[in-house]
Amino acid sequence: MSDSTTTPSGRLPRRRGAGSTGDIIFEWMCRSAGFLVLLLLGAIIVTLFIGALPAFREFGFDFLFSTKWDPVEGRERFGGAVAILGTLLSAIFAIILAVPIAFGIAFFLTELAPPWLRRPVGTAIELLAAVPSIIFGMWGLFIVVPFIQRNIQLAWGEELSAIPLIGFLFQSSNFAGTSIFAAALVISIMILPFIAATMRDVFDQVPAVYKESAYGLGATRWEVVSKVVIPYTRISVVGGIMLGLGRALGETMAVTFVIGNANRMVGSVFDATTTIASVIAMEFPESLSGSLQQSALLALGFILFIISFIVLATSRYLLRSRLKA
Amino acid sequence: MSATTASRAFQPKDVAASRALGRRRRLVDQLVRVFCIIATIIGLFFLSSIMVTLVWRGIATLDWVTLSREFQPTAYGDPDAPRGGLLHAILGTLVQSGMGIVIGTPIGILVGTYLSEYARGSRFGDAVRFVSDVLLSAPSVLVGLFVYQILVQPVGGFSGIAGAVALSILVIPVVVRTTEDMLQLIPNTLREAVVALGAPKWKMVTLVCYRAALSGMVTGVLLAFARIAGETAPLLLTSFGNNVISWNLFGAMGSLPISIYQQANSGFPDLIQVAWTGALLITLGVLAINIAARILVARRK
Repeated sequence: MSDSTTTPSGRLPRRRGAGSTGDIIFEWMCRSAGFLVLLLLGAIIVTLFIGALPAFREFGFDFLFSTKWDPVEGRERFGGAVAILGTLLSAIFAIILAVPIAFGIAFFLTELAPPWLRRPVGTAIELLAAVPSIIFGMWGLFIVVPFIQRNIQLAWGEELSAIPLIGFLFQSSNFAGTSIFAAALVISIMILPFIAATMRDVFDQVPAVYKESAYGLGATRWEVVSKVVIPYTRISVVGGIMLGLGRALGETMAVTFVIGNANRMVGSVFDATTTIASVIAMEFPESLSGSLQQSALLALGFILFIISFIVLATSRYLLRSRLKA
Repeated sequence: MSATTASRAFQPKDVAASRALGRRRRLVDQLVRVFCIIATIIGLFFLSSIMVTLVWRGIATLDWVTLSREFQPTAYGDPDAPRGGLLHAILGTLVQSGMGIVIGTPIGILVGTYLSEYARGSRFGDAVRFVSDVLLSAPSVLVGLFVYQILVQPVGGFSGIAGAVALSILVIPVVVRTTEDMLQLIPNTLREAVVALGAPKWKMVTLVCYRAALSGMVTGVLLAFARIAGETAPLLLTSFGNNVISWNLFGAMGSLPISIYQQANSGFPDLIQVAWTGALLITLGVLAINIAARILVARRK
């Protein structure tokens, strides 16, 4: 800004000049680093799309709706419907399980917990987010899956499938325990801290005056939260849920361990199926470079990127007011 | 209006009704309160279940043998066969994550600096911030696919360097977020004081702002390291894994998460045992780094 200022002395402008060269270089470095981030996103989309082209050319729109996935050479046939549906269903299922618990934790941390308890409990929940995905996978495979198998499928399977109207959802066709239910349960635990932390942060931003006014009118804590806090923060709450959904869609290792990895449409919550991320993790390292299978996997990756980009962008848009504050 | 409510409130029938209403309101409040406490206990239960499982199953082989040996095939049915270790995986993780940090951190700091010091309110800055935030939560397996397409496929083989590049892409958004946040906490008066002394802007940023925000920025780098040390999916597609110690960055390289993944799925009890120890190691490491980062931030406040 002050570059063009002229000074009577001969020495000063030269020193300014040296400084401004440094300024130009530094600003240029920062700006190009920013440009690199944009380039990165563009490059990811373009690279995945180019890799996916052979599969899109071969199968066209049928790729989205076909359930056939046959990598055997000579009769290769690839359709992503099972993986796409598995991804969406497991993520939505996980959200349904995670949101009430996350809300409970956020409510507890902002309104109910005594101040000395808030930090340790909040930190413990946040640490849950730091545990690597593969650990959730192992824990899921060796703890959650046997639990579902023994204590739910074998113990209650018949009773559950006898429930009128919705009984078919609990039909057990395999008793391995690896199922979309196990996947959704593990994913829901993984996204829990993200949703809970966002909700807690936005609940904390409600002006104290609003809450005090409601309490002053004789409202109970639940009435304050349901009639003052949630209406005030609902957009950010939805943003937090979308953030969790975005993470759930792309969850890879944990899901690979527990979902069963079968290219079968799900009919019940105990069915094994697959997701885009887990089919990529399972098959890509072993597929032949440049094969149609690899292209089909890249096509699935491209679709996953588009879906999660839309979800994460929506989340970011809904949370923007919180980010500004 | 107040007159009607007052007169109504004094009718005995309404007293009973409002008592019932009061009871219901209190009951609902109590139920919700109990539900929230249960929800919190469930959240804490899962964390402790994971930790207890890891310690319970992993501690048995957490010894010098595991830390000093490379992978050995299963000793199943052969009690004299040597037990395998995780040294190759630990070294591979340190090398690849270290390189990922070395590549990603400078870029992340520059982007964060740009967003905080140069791009306030600009369209381009908003776009960069938006994209960085999306990349922060984008599926890491897709980053692996991307790096496979640009660094593995053209070269014709998996490589440690490809793994490091994939991890560095995951580092950038974490560092961008913390750098920008920390720089924004610095009061403008400090910046004005530096500029008023005649220092150029780049000196103001590098010598004063960075120093003031140092602990926060270090926290960001620590958190980024903790995140990539446990990443599996991107490495599966880029450095693939290796069962022996390898210092060759242009060949396949082992890493702790991949060793865990392969040995946990092997079906052999002794290999699964080693996987549990690996899982315990990585979780303790990651949580220790996270707690250290938190302490660093807390001390600053």
